[in-house]
Amino acid sequence: MYVAVKGGETAIANAHRLLAARRRGDADVPGLTLEQIAGQLSLAVDRVMGEGSLYDPELAALAIKQARGDLIEAVFLLRAYRTTLPRFGHSEPMDTGEMLVERRISAIYKDLPGGQLLGPTFDYTHRLLDPVLAGDAPVDAPETGQDSNERVIRVSDILGDEGLIEDDPVTDASLPVADITRTPTEYPMGRDARLQTLARGDEGFLLALAYSTQRGYARTHPFVGEIRIGDVDVEVMIPELGFTVVIGRVKLTECQMVNQFQGSAKVPPQFTRGYGLVFGQAERKAMAMSLCDRALRASELGEDIVAPAQDEEFVLSHCDNVQATGFVEHLKLPHYVDFQAELDLVRRMRAEHFANAARADGETSATDDTKEAAE
Amino acid sequence: MNALAQDEGSQNLATYNFAYLDEQTKRMIRRAILKGIAVPGYQVPFASREMPMPYGWGTGGVQVTAAIIGPDDVLKVIDQGADDTTNAVSIRAFFAKTAGVATTTATPDATIIQTRHRIPETPLTQGQVLVYQVPIPEPLRFLEPRETETRKMHALEEYGLMHVKLYEDIARNGHIATTYAYPVKVEGRYVMDPSPTPKFDNPKMHQSEALQLFGAGREKRIYAIPPHTEVVSLDFEDHPFEIQHFDQPCAMCGAVEVYLDEVVLDDKGGRMFVCSDTHHCESRQADGHRGALLGESPGAGDDAGAEKEAIR
Amino acid sequence: MTAIPQTNAVYEGGFSDPVGASQVVFRALMDAMARPGTIQVLPDVTAPPAPLSASASALIATLADADTPVWLDAALTKSSAIRDWIVFHTGAPVVSNPSDAAFALVAAPQNLSALNGFSLGTQEFPDRSTTIILQVSTLSDGAQLTLEGPGIKDQAQLAPDPLPQHFENQWRANRAAFPRGVDLILAAPGCVAALPRSTRLVRREA
Repeated sequence: MYVAVKGGETAIANAHRLLAARRRGDADVPGLTLEQIAGQLSLAVDRVMGEGSLYDPELAALAIKQARGDLIEAVFLLRAYRTTLPRFGHSEPMDTGEMLVERRISAIYKDLPGGQLLGPTFDYTHRLLDPVLAGDAPVDAPETGQDSNERVIRVSDILGDEGLIEDDPVTDASLPVADITRTPTEYPMGRDARLQTLARGDEGFLLALAYSTQRGYARTHPFVGEIRIGDVDVEVMIPELGFTVVIGRVKLTECQMVNQFQGSAKVPPQFTRGYGLVFGQAERKAMAMSLCDRALRASELGEDIVAPAQDEEFVLSHCDNVQATGFVEHLKLPHYVDFQAELDLVRRMRAEHFANAARADGETSATDDTKEAAE
Repeated sequence: MNALAQDEGSQNLATYNFAYLDEQTKRMIRRAILKGIAVPGYQVPFASREMPMPYGWGTGGVQVTAAIIGPDDVLKVIDQGADDTTNAVSIRAFFAKTAGVATTTATPDATIIQTRHRIPETPLTQGQVLVYQVPIPEPLRFLEPRETETRKMHALEEYGLMHVKLYEDIARNGHIATTYAYPVKVEGRYVMDPSPTPKFDNPKMHQSEALQLFGAGREKRIYAIPPHTEVVSLDFEDHPFEIQHFDQPCAMCGAVEVYLDEVVLDDKGGRMFVCSDTHHCESRQADGHRGALLGESPGAGDDAGAEKEAIR
Repeated sequence: MTAIPQTNAVYEGGFSDPVGASQVVFRALMDAMARPGTIQVLPDVTAPPAPLSASASALIATLADADTPVWLDAALTKSSAIRDWIVFHTGAPVVSNPSDAAFALVAAPQNLSALNGFSLGTQEFPDRSTTIILQVSTLSDGAQLTLEGPGIKDQAQLAPDPLPQHFENQWRANRAAFPRGVDLILAAPGCVAALPRSTRLVRREA
């Protein structure tokens, strides 16, 4: 006897209960605290803040815990929370030149004012699993230098002083700043909207596209002008006061990529820029972003658009992992009404196919008979 | 790391506005809805928000519903025509919780019906609003992936490509191979995607008594068909548009000329067909109609073929 | 930022229940827009400074915010109170150029010269057009208009007054620009009707 599927509500409630139990894991093991996640899985927290476009390590840690470590799910949780927050305004442009740098490297100068500062990097670790970390052995306190409080000049400014690199595109300050969370997407996208879209784009997607430009799909001859990671003040203008006020401090990763450019009759040869700026310590993402940003400037710089990474609509419409995961995963929702429509048509077309084939067979054998008779 | 971490177990629930969305977002959506109504079939860009359910799972429809719903509304949510599919249950529960509205499964009782993939069999009435969840609102998208290009095509009313595509289907398959999301022309101007409803439902959009609103969250578009508006499925003189027909009536309620789901009964090729619209099927059964599976009953069964819309 | 005069008329008279009031006003307007020719009841939820009417102010408070520039006709700009009321209660910037406006508020429709001075949107983005809110004294006692188009079964009648000069010709020109064009909201005491750009006027028998 056929019984139509019922009880969706109970099924959903039970699934949520099971999920909660699986999330908690073995109840004999202490549960993770948000301090542990924010403190010891801080790069995961940074990624979730960046792609979630909400700077709040505590909430990001909560999202990671709630998502059982699924970072895209955690990004989604943070975004869905962010969207409910009122928007009071926007900050003044952040001056990364005033960054309190923890890491600062350049690949284009051996030494430079402010020096190369390795900071907390995996770069020269040997990737050997460390059994000591299975326990909780004490670690040495880090070596710290003297806080010089000096402005660390940006490498792009060194090049810019000589006119060797194009000027940083200046945005008309009288124009409103784009906000991709509050205006519908429109192409071609302005630089502000493009950088916002890339900044919260999926790290994996942008990494793969950036890689493709290195392998010849829109090669841009990139050099890492500078990567810097550190804390920067956030300032907002209070109109009633008439001056700006520091409302907090965020950790940022900035990557300035220096790329080749031929120049033209009007413009002398100079290097071009690709720019990446991401919340937290997210060097891979910032580098990938800067390569993608440069590739997407193809039409602005008069280059032929020949590769996926240069295709604005392709890159910017597909880099958001919350959108992408939603739409890919929606395929598991029921589609049986549409499938029924397809089934019906395929059955009909198959029936016609076999009927035609049978008729053709009949005609062929009839022709053969006639031939035979003639011969 | 302070209060939040310490008493995480006893956190107060965050408070949300009526129907979840903040008022500024609702205003923005409402403005888009009005423009959509004024230009039937035109896709109005809107600043779609992240919703607490995934993109592709009805965020556009949910935003439209949230922007129009009031405390006196009665909401029905269907997915595949059914009120009890998991996503329909989930969205209905979302509004019951965030807006405190009454919900129903009865089509005639609802003031707002949010749907995915079907239009109810029971004819809609004046004052009802049908809200469609739309995955890809652009009917030309699979012919031309670029938004910049398709926007031009709509502006110039340049729909030749769509006709070529449909005609190529006929040349290759002997049929127009589009069985759902079948494109329509609205009021003789805009070619529009009716969302992935089976083409069986297309005629219901034409001159409907109800207002039809379409929300595509991920693609950030809202569009509309006012009541009493001409909605014509694209076709050719020698290949007129036709809807699906089923060889047998619903096995549960005996209804014909309704859209049926195929149910696999066993692994030996056993199949049966039942109404996709669960409310329509249940109310017919309540009225005494019986399909083959439930056995015949007086006045129904054998002559089920002659039965038409029994409701209203 | 302009200083707002410290008068109660400016600060008072907004929605006391913004969430509920704007939903009710919007639904009435949505129904009016979806069914041109029908007259929808509006609740009495605002008390703006004269000559801005309660209906028109409820509609603008429902629709406008910082993202939507508003244009005011001469009758509404005589004193600064109305401008200040709108700025205070909606946050919308008030603009002097009608083609920059997302919404236009018109207290004296009979003095409105041209509908095409407002934004008609573009062929690519016809939604980027001005929605004009006309304050009318009646929807049923003016010269009768016979309407056809989306939202209307066969034909509908509406008799708003006052209307802009040469309205029928202006509206035909507006219709001819479709999908570009302005949309009209007719705010009468206690009720609202709408003429979306899709609505056609039937020529009266001569």
